[in-house]
Amino acid sequence: MSVLIFAELADGSIRKNSQEAIFYGAKVASQTGGSATVLAIGEASEAELAKAGNFGATQVLYVKKEENIMAYAKILTEVVKSTGSTVVVAARSALSDAVLARAAGALKAGFAGNVTALPDTSAGFTVTRSIFSGKAFAQTTITSDIRLLAIKKNVIDVTAGSDTAPVETLSIDTSAEDGSAKILSVEKATGAVSLPEADIVVSGGRGMKGPEHWQPLLDLAEALGAATACSKPVSDLDWRPHHEHVGQTGVKVAPNLYIACGISGAIQHLAGVNSSKVIVVINKDPEAPFFKAADYGIVGDVFEVLPKLTAAVKAL
Amino acid sequence: MKILVCISSVPDTTSRIAFEEGNTRFAKAGIQYIIGPYDDYALARAVELKEANGGSVTVLNVGKADAEPQIRKALAIGADDAVRIDTEPADSYSVAAEIAAYARDKGFDLILMGRETTDYNSGVVHGIVGEMLGMPSFSPVMELNVEGSKVLIAKEIEGGKEKLETSLPVVLGCQEPIAEWKIPSMRGIMGARTKPLAVIAPSAEALTDVRSYELPPAKGAVKMIPAEDAGSLIKLLQTEAKVL
Ligand SMILES: Cc1cc2nc3c(=O)[nH]c(=O)nc-3n(C[C@H](O)[C@H](O)[C@H](O)COP(=O)(O)OP(=O)(O)OC[C@H]3O[C@@H](n4cnc5c(N)ncnc54)[C@H](O)[C@@H]3O)c2cc1C
Repeated sequence: MSVLIFAELADGSIRKNSQEAIFYGAKVASQTGGSATVLAIGEASEAELAKAGNFGATQVLYVKKEENIMAYAKILTEVVKSTGSTVVVAARSALSDAVLARAAGALKAGFAGNVTALPDTSAGFTVTRSIFSGKAFAQTTITSDIRLLAIKKNVIDVTAGSDTAPVETLSIDTSAEDGSAKILSVEKATGAVSLPEADIVVSGGRGMKGPEHWQPLLDLAEALGAATACSKPVSDLDWRPHHEHVGQTGVKVAPNLYIACGISGAIQHLAGVNSSKVIVVINKDPEAPFFKAADYGIVGDVFEVLPKLTAAVKAL
Repeated sequence: MKILVCISSVPDTTSRIAFEEGNTRFAKAGIQYIIGPYDDYALARAVELKEANGGSVTVLNVGKADAEPQIRKALAIGADDAVRIDTEPADSYSVAAEIAAYARDKGFDLILMGRETTDYNSGVVHGIVGEMLGMPSFSPVMELNVEGSKVLIAKEIEGGKEKLETSLPVVLGCQEPIAEWKIPSMRGIMGARTKPLAVIAPSAEALTDVRSYELPPAKGAVKMIPAEDAGSLIKLLQTEAKVL
């Protein structure tokens, strides 16, 4: 099967989760005897784009930066058609949701999101996807000729090689989409580690008592090179920005390590963090439900425990 | 302004998830259903926009009759009328196709829904609807204001937000803090009983098929570390869990 992987670019290189998607797409291609082509839209040097080959891509198609998400979708649809791709793979993200969705509409293609394992192609095309915010899995068969997959982050173990892939720059007319949106401003948390892609997340709940008490948590996050997150009431109270809110109604994270500080572990919170590989819970209440979902637990006051952890990290 | 809000009917967020019939069906017994939490944000913003600018809010659900309590709740919150497309929602494509088939030629200015449903978490219905209707679509939208035909939105992007201007008609997938969830008033609940709810036959086909379900493996026991000795956790994370 010809596989097309939609890769996202950030700060001039291929995003980590997109590397996972490329690796996945290349495996599907080799499993079914096809090619693995990457489509990247944005800003990156040829040398950076060629690194898609490290993850198994055989070719990179590159389109220079577009502002408008409608244009991304148009480009993806055109490239699926021109390459005759029958499988399209992307890392699950807000951007890929928007882009794959429109492509699904345009191509009449079946979609499976939060895919966690390689497809079974022995009879038809069946993938495993995570549903109910990580509380279950569904074996899903896609019956259309073109299949779109969004890969759940941090579930595909990537082994990178040293091959590079040839890069071809395309130009696709997207002027028809120009009128649909005008970007007014972009606010990005600068310098901080991106939450959805972080390997380590340090998260605070109402047990942190107020925004003025966040410093010990920020210190630990900095020492670990971690992203910071929070529970819903914390962002509702404006103690922390909304894009840090994790859970059923917030960002879904899947880091290698999630450290919960003063969070009770309500089921809606767990729904956003239960795909983490290792969970540490610090709570002064030994009955806090979060301990049941934890790998390591400390019963204690966050304001006493956090500085000890930070000191121990610095001593490593 | 004519607004369409699409709502899902999903298990309450505290539900215990289980499957039956050889893991081929979700076990509905004892499950409390609610309006999809993200859809509930979309509905709340739609009602606010109607209250500020006039117009109407139609609520649409693709689902069987067991979703009607959720539809009535949406009417109680402030929608004017409702449509139920009478089929079990099968996948993103077919749900979007039902919505698009209904909305086409009805002149909706805004089509709002949640960024994703909390059961299947797919997050693509808004975009498919937008494509099918030839309207722009954006998601996840955290702020929405309408000035004449100009639409100002802020949407989440990786690690931040982007503000943009688009124009009516448009399809949006919504999330907090676009509005606060609304609780129906007693008057709203009484009024909702007599608001029109049309039931329409389905027309779309699904492109995917769930073969079976499974639950994740049970988590091992938690290892407790005494607070006095908190620093030793870091060593364990390095040598035992191997995450540092
Ligand atoms: C439809 C719906 C969707 C929701 N979605 C989300 C979501 O996406 N994300 C989310 O997080 N929540 C969500 N919620 C809310 C959720 O139900 C909980 O209310 C919320 O997660 C609780 O946040 P918390 O743990 O910070 O606060 P609390 O439940 O108040 O817990 C605070 C914890 O801190 C501990 N504590 C207090 N002081 C200290 C101290 N000094 N040291 C150590 N520990 C201390 C306490 O023992 C307690 O366990 C949702 C709710 C609903 C109904």
